[in-house]
Amino acid sequence: MKIYVPQDMAAVAVGANRVAAAIAAEAQSRNIPVTIVRNGSRGMFWLEPLVEVATASGRIGYGNVSAADVPSLFESRFFEGAPHPKCLGHVDQIPFLAKQTRFTFGRAGIIDPLSLDDYRHHGGGKGLEAALSLGPAGIITAVKESGLRGRGGAGFPTGIKWETVARTPASQKYIVCNADEGDSGTFADRLIMEADPFMLIEGMAISGIAVGATKGYVYVRSEYPHAIQMMERAIVIARYAGLLGEGIGGSKYDFELEVRVGAGAYVCGEETSLLESLEGKRGQVRAKPPLPAIQGLFGKPTVINNLVSLASVPFILAEGAKAYADVGYGRSRGTMPVQLAGNIKHGGLFECAFGVTLGELVNDIGGGTASGRPIRAVQAGGPLGAYFPTSLFDTPYDYEEFAKRDGLIGHGGLVVFDDTADMASMARFAMEFCAIESCGKCTPCRIGAVRGYETFDKIAAGIEPEKNMALIRDLCETMKFGSLCALGGFTPYPVLSALNHFPEDFAPAPLRHAAE
Amino acid sequence: MEMMSSQTEDSVSQVVTKIVEDHRALEGPLLPILHAIQAQFGFVPRDAEPALANALNLSRAEIHGVISFYHDFRREPAGRHVLKICRAEACQSMGSEANAKRLLETLGLDWGETSPDGRITIEPVYCLGLCATSPSALLDGEPVGRLDAAALESLVMDAA
Repeated sequence: MKIYVPQDMAAVAVGANRVAAAIAAEAQSRNIPVTIVRNGSRGMFWLEPLVEVATASGRIGYGNVSAADVPSLFESRFFEGAPHPKCLGHVDQIPFLAKQTRFTFGRAGIIDPLSLDDYRHHGGGKGLEAALSLGPAGIITAVKESGLRGRGGAGFPTGIKWETVARTPASQKYIVCNADEGDSGTFADRLIMEADPFMLIEGMAISGIAVGATKGYVYVRSEYPHAIQMMERAIVIARYAGLLGEGIGGSKYDFELEVRVGAGAYVCGEETSLLESLEGKRGQVRAKPPLPAIQGLFGKPTVINNLVSLASVPFILAEGAKAYADVGYGRSRGTMPVQLAGNIKHGGLFECAFGVTLGELVNDIGGGTASGRPIRAVQAGGPLGAYFPTSLFDTPYDYEEFAKRDGLIGHGGLVVFDDTADMASMARFAMEFCAIESCGKCTPCRIGAVRGYETFDKIAAGIEPEKNMALIRDLCETMKFGSLCALGGFTPYPVLSALNHFPEDFAPAPLRHAAE
Repeated sequence: MEMMSSQTEDSVSQVVTKIVEDHRALEGPLLPILHAIQAQFGFVPRDAEPALANALNLSRAEIHGVISFYHDFRREPAGRHVLKICRAEACQSMGSEANAKRLLETLGLDWGETSPDGRITIEPVYCLGLCATSPSALLDGEPVGRLDAAALESLVMDAA
C-alpha cells in the first residue's frame, strides 16, 4: 500500500521527515508492507504535514500529522483509509482544492516528483509532443493565442517575447528560467520545482524549440536548497531518458539545461540583474534597451521568463491555447497561482482563473486571519506591492484592475496582516528592504531608500512630521520615475499605499498615545 | 607566524585552483566557484581573491566586487551553527520581529553576529518561501516553520 508524505520544504519545516521516518519504523515493527512516496505538496500548507493514503476510492488525507500521531494512525488502520481524528476524507474533495482550476498545478502533490512514469501517466509530456508536431512557428502562435502574460509580475505577453527571440538571428540563443522567487508571500516556483520538476523542463524545452535555443539555465535562489536538489536530480533523469541533450524526445532539436544557484540578492529577480549574475558578475541592473530578447545572456538573444510562465506552457500546448484563454478576466487570460500567506487561516496555493475578488480570496478561500483577529491589510505582490485595506476587497484579481488601484498582482502573493499591524513600521520596512537589497547602480534607489527610512524615523520621533511626510511623498515620486528597475521604482507602492490607506498610523508617537 | 600565514595562503590557493579547474567547462563560472569555495572553507577567504583573479583572468577588484555584492558569501568563519531567521513581511505578520528581537537580546547578539563561544551565528534572511507556515527559519540549512517565540528559543538552546 502506498502512503504519501510530502518532501516539500514547507512540509519538512513542520516535521514531514520525522513523520515519514515514524511511519517507516512503525510499519516495520508491525510487519505491514508499505511504500512511502515522498510527493510534493498539494499547496494546502495549513494542513501540512498532510499524509495521504491511496485507496480504491481515491486518496484519503490526514492533516497536521506529527510523529506522535503515527502509532494511533496505525492502530486505526489509516493505511486502509480508515477514520481517525486527523482524517480529512478524500483529499480532492477538500473545498480549498475542489474550488481550484489547476491547469499548471494539476500534478502537484499527486505524483512522485522524480518518477517519469508518474509524470507521463498524469499527462506529462503531451505538451512537448504537441510542440514537436506544431514546430517553432506553431508553438509561438499557440502561446500568443493563449494570452499568457509574464507571471513574474510584469505581465508582458510571453508569446511576443518568444517571437522577438525567434526572429533575432544568432549563433547561440538561451532560455533562462527566473526562479529567483524572492517576494515574501510567494512559493509557487518552489512548489513546482519540488512537486513537478519535469513540467518545468518540458516548458523550457518547448521554449527552446520555439526560438531556436539549445541551452537553458534555471536560476534558483540559494534560499531554496530542496528545490535546487530536486531540479538537479530531475535534469539528470530527463537527460538519461533522452528528454534533454541531443535530439530531445527523438526529434531533431537539441536542448541542454543547467541549474545555477543565486547568492542571496533579492535584486537578481530582476531579469537583467539575473543575467549579470548568471554571467558571474555583480547582480547589477542593466539599462534597457537593448532588451534581453535581442541581447541577453552573454549578449545573445535570450528568453528570460518567470518559472510559472514557462511551466504554464506544457498545458497550453497539450490542451490547446483556447482551453487556457477561455478562462480569465479582461486581458488577464488563464489562471494564476494565488499564494495565500502570512497571518491567514488557510494559507497555501490557490490556482484559479483571473477575476475572483481580493476579498473572496482572503476571506472565503483563506478563511480570514490565523490569529482570528480582524484583517487590517493585505500586501499584494510581494515587498514591492501595495497594502490593500479591506475597503478595496472588491478589486478583481487582474493585472489592470490592481493597477487602477495603485497596486500590482506581481508574482501572485497575498500577505495578510491582522489589526495589530503597525503600517508605519511596514512602510519604513519597505524603504529599509530597498536599501538592503539595492544593487547600487542608480541613485534614486540607492540613496532614496536610505533617506526614506531615515525620514520615517524622524516622523516617528515627532520631528517636523508634516514637512517630512511631504518629503516622503516627494522621494517616492523620484524613486518611482527615476529608478532603473522595479526595486526602486516600485518601493513607493507599499510606502504610499500605507500612507494613503492608513494615515492614522503615521502620527508621531506622543500623538498616537494621546489618541489612544 | 609568517610561515604559517604563507602556508595557509598556499593551501587556499591550491584549493581555489582545483575548484576553478573543476568549473572550467561552465559559462560564467564565478558564482558556482564561489559557492564551492564557501562550501569548502565555510567562508570565502581573502587569500582566495588573488588566486581567483589569476585563474579567471579578472582583476582582484572585480572578484572582490562580486563577493561583496552577494549576501551569501561570508568573509569570516561562522559559528558551529547558523540560524537564518526570516525577516520578510509574511513572517512579520506572524510576529517574527518581536521573537527575533527577544532572542537576540537573550543571546546578547546583533544580526550577523556569532556568539562568543562560537556556537551559533544569527543571520537575517528575506524570505524562505515558507510564507504559509510562518514564522520561518533555516537552521544549518534545515527549514523550520511555525516558529513561535518558545519554539525559536528552544531551537537555539538545543543546538549544541
